[in-house]
Amino acid sequence: MQWTELVVFSALFLLVTVLGFFAAKWKAGDTLEHLDEWGLGGRKFGSWITWFLVGGDLYTAYTFVAVPALVFGAGAMGFFALPYTIILYPIVFLPLVRMWSVSRVHGYVTPADFVRGRYGSHWLALLIAITGIVATMPYIALQLVGLEAVLRTMGLNGSGLLGHLPLFIAFVILALYTYQSGLRAPALIAFVKDTLIYIVILVAVIYLPSKFGGWGAIFDTAQAKYAASESKADGIILNGNNQLQYATLALGSALALFLYPHSLTGILASRGRNVIKRNMVALPAYSLLLGLLAMLGFVAISAGVKPITNQATGRPDTNTIVPVLFGQEFPGWFAGVAFAAIAIGALVPAAIMSIAAANLWTRNIYKEYLKKDASPAQEAKQAKLASLVVKFGAVAFIVFVDPQFSIDLQLIGGVMILQTLPAVAIALYTRWFHVYGLIAGWIAGMGYGMYLLYNIGNPAIGKAHFAGSALPLDKLSLFGWHPFAGSAVQIYVGAIAVVANLLVAVIVTLIAKRARVFNGTDQTSADDYHVDEDSDRVKPVAVH
Amino acid sequence: MPTARKSSLRWSNWNLLLLVPLLMLVTPWFNFDEPRVFGLPFFYWYQFAWVPVGVVCVGLVYVKTKDEPVVKGKPDLLSVDDLDEGAK
Repeated sequence: MQWTELVVFSALFLLVTVLGFFAAKWKAGDTLEHLDEWGLGGRKFGSWITWFLVGGDLYTAYTFVAVPALVFGAGAMGFFALPYTIILYPIVFLPLVRMWSVSRVHGYVTPADFVRGRYGSHWLALLIAITGIVATMPYIALQLVGLEAVLRTMGLNGSGLLGHLPLFIAFVILALYTYQSGLRAPALIAFVKDTLIYIVILVAVIYLPSKFGGWGAIFDTAQAKYAASESKADGIILNGNNQLQYATLALGSALALFLYPHSLTGILASRGRNVIKRNMVALPAYSLLLGLLAMLGFVAISAGVKPITNQATGRPDTNTIVPVLFGQEFPGWFAGVAFAAIAIGALVPAAIMSIAAANLWTRNIYKEYLKKDASPAQEAKQAKLASLVVKFGAVAFIVFVDPQFSIDLQLIGGVMILQTLPAVAIALYTRWFHVYGLIAGWIAGMGYGMYLLYNIGNPAIGKAHFAGSALPLDKLSLFGWHPFAGSAVQIYVGAIAVVANLLVAVIVTLIAKRARVFNGTDQTSADDYHVDEDSDRVKPVAVH
Repeated sequence: MPTARKSSLRWSNWNLLLLVPLLMLVTPWFNFDEPRVFGLPFFYWYQFAWVPVGVVCVGLVYVKTKDEPVVKGKPDLLSVDDLDEGAK
């Protein structure tokens, strides 16, 4: 048991717990019993709060442990996280302000709300809502993987059910203050989380390299390790076969990120268009941090870090390499700060994700199908309950199912959420696609993507299915036809699935238009997409 | 289907700058070990150098398209409390 670490860790954890409960009163509106307030923090966050909130939301604890772990294992391929988060902001800059404006005019809380308004189809909205919930659930579970990696490194590495107890306690606390304070809790805690993360990583990146003979020596040691390993896919630079995978994975991930409901929650909670635009300029500061962090994977090789064996599953857990590195190379108190930074880094996104999933459930399933006349207060109550269910579902997932399953599911989730691109992102610009085309495209992209993922095996780790998102072009098959037979070049499955989705959507749209099938009623007007905070057309917050 | 309603797009040529960062996805341009800077292989420092490029591109589009369409935003005060009074 690492006592110094535990004490520092617990003190910081206590601090954010107090903040979480206090947040309910922070800049409170007239009532918390409304989704605008509980689920979107009153739709009035300014530039600084949005920067911390969205930064805390997108750069999750799982990212912070998994990206260096990937670099540790595979080298250059794991660095895709940097290009991914650099191209992200230019891509989403224009669509996000349109989404904010149209949501502000009509009071949309979720992406499915927008689709419902744009196409007048509750079925299409239901598809989008279910995709969002299913893709978000494993993501929440993965935050627990990050949290547990830290707890196990500190010596809380019991086996069986008891081994999960610390995790369970942490999540009960999180669930309670999210229930009470809604989005204000993660918004306030994000200040602590991001400050800690910046301090820890900057210190690590400046101090550690000198300890191991500088970056040159660190990269040479890493290269020697990859050269000695059996795998041909690793190395400090890419090879001929994984470059396409690197680029398509970065692009696909960037296109997918703001389709996740929790990313949009942070955007819709902001006060106006300028707040969002300014953040698109300022958020890359986190990308820089992520790039630096990724390189700690190489440092861990030089430091001779051995991943801790997870007593619950009996396998070494590479996600522990960053916590182990900190525990090994830093004095106890600083390691405690680092562990707290990662753990709190798990709580912020987990809270926002559960709120986003709860909003989807409440707005697009509960109110749409179960209780059409639900009052705003009833909606808020339902969302609070749903956030509890979602969180305990995630804990149950980690405790009763192999964590590897969550990692697989999250991989699948990325491909799934990308299939909402035409209905959510493209619909912001044009209604050219027919609602039947969008539904058919979703089914095609989803089905084809799942089929391809199912066929990806990795004998080295003994998995026949869902072993990764890199598809050798050789395996790309269309009804048994292999257009690229023999090619070992890899590509990101999501990229192929979304192309299939768009193709089917175009074909079905053309047929539906030829047949003059009714294409739903558009609730939005062209001007809605440009309205700003000082317009008299914005919908008042928290009234219905 | 072309309709009578006006286009919902407001275009500025400055927006084309948003495409520039996509060039960093061309991996054959930077998939090398040498030359190294501070011991970092080219592959890594080249990609780090794209962070400021992305920021400048998005920043320029923000500044140059600021006063064009509907945005009649109030000046942003650099204090957290002021920023979050809400727009009532």
